[in-house]
Amino acid sequence: MPQVKSMSSESLRTDQNMDELMGLLLRSGVILAACIVLVGGTIYLARHPRPSDFRVFQGVTENLRTIPGIFGEATAGHGRGLIQLGLLVLIATPISRVAFSVLAFFYQRDWKYVVFTLIVLGLLLYSLLGRR
Amino acid sequence: MNSLEFTTLIFAGSLFAGFLGALTGLGGGVVVIPLLTVIFGVDIHYAMGAALVSVIATSSGAAAAYVREGYSNIRVGMFLEMATTAGALVGATLVLYLHTSVIAIIFGLVLVYSALVSFHEGSSLKPDQGPDRIATWLHMDSTYPTSNGLVSYHVRGVPMGFLLMVGAGVLSGLLGIGSGAVKVLAMDKAMKLPFKVSTTTSNFMIGVTAAAGAGIYLSRGYIDPGLVMPVMLGVLAGSLTGARELAGAKVRVLRIVFAVVIGALAIEMIYSGLRGKI
Repeated sequence: MPQVKSMSSESLRTDQNMDELMGLLLRSGVILAACIVLVGGTIYLARHPRPSDFRVFQGVTENLRTIPGIFGEATAGHGRGLIQLGLLVLIATPISRVAFSVLAFFYQRDWKYVVFTLIVLGLLLYSLLGRR
Repeated sequence: MNSLEFTTLIFAGSLFAGFLGALTGLGGGVVVIPLLTVIFGVDIHYAMGAALVSVIATSSGAAAAYVREGYSNIRVGMFLEMATTAGALVGATLVLYLHTSVIAIIFGLVLVYSALVSFHEGSSLKPDQGPDRIATWLHMDSTYPTSNGLVSYHVRGVPMGFLLMVGAGVLSGLLGIGSGAVKVLAMDKAMKLPFKVSTTTSNFMIGVTAAAGAGIYLSRGYIDPGLVMPVMLGVLAGSLTGARELAGAKVRVLRIVFAVVIGALAIEMIYSGLRGKI
């Protein structure tokens, strides 16, 4: 069945087009994340000749645990900060997929699923942004 | 050992783990954790952090392909993600209160279970038991492609499936894995979805479940960039290669050999846990 593909709200009404857009979103997110991690990793390896000790748990420094901290480290050009930024992009990829689904179900007027996806989105944002 | 050697070694190990994970259907996370802890002596919290992030990468990378083929049931997936994400938040919180030995033992048991399940091919034909009130209200019934064209199926057992998914989420957050085996169990056995639909929908859900745990892991400092970099890139590259291999060659014998190896690693983890060495 030939179908015209476009980014219009009309195309979001069909599950098929929704699936393809989701697939594209996921793949782009992973590729972007891997590239940032690779760049950060190269800088990290060039500047840190000795590996950290991972045998005893200490936890990474405070600046690499929070979103503002990671942005600060990454914009300063630090290798570890850039790797964490790439990982943030990776974590954000499935989250943006859920956000996109809220929109897609909204266009389909499928209110039950708008609510379900909003609940999932809320839990994900709490995990990433919630204060602990 | 300098940084570059260490990173190369971890990358090579993770590449192999990702390859095995895809080939056996266990997933990269569940294979890379015993590799890092048992063989490289990495603390289990760092190993869980690295594994959970890798799970997001492989799940998102593979889901892009699966979703297009029309197997995954997006409504079932989205509905059950409420259960898995809530469970993952609980599981990730539990890590704080459980001794690492207990976590290692639970991990070993889940790994043995997953390895056993991976032998199960899955019955593609289930007698359709007709529509179910809850599933109909949730618009879950759908179709999937077979060699005879699109076949429609009914979804059943939604409450039981939902409960099992809470469990899958708890395990994901507690152990740093995708817990695909439990997700498939919930959809295949409890909800009577066709096997191929169960496995692809499970894969579709894994990334979201893992993201819920990863946020908490990040704020606790379990995600160390120096370790996660080679693990994530290695598992991702390995699983992409493994998935391609799975489509081409006859891999049944290989799968059995690897499942036995993974089972042995699992028993080693349980043993170390019991002796309090992890």
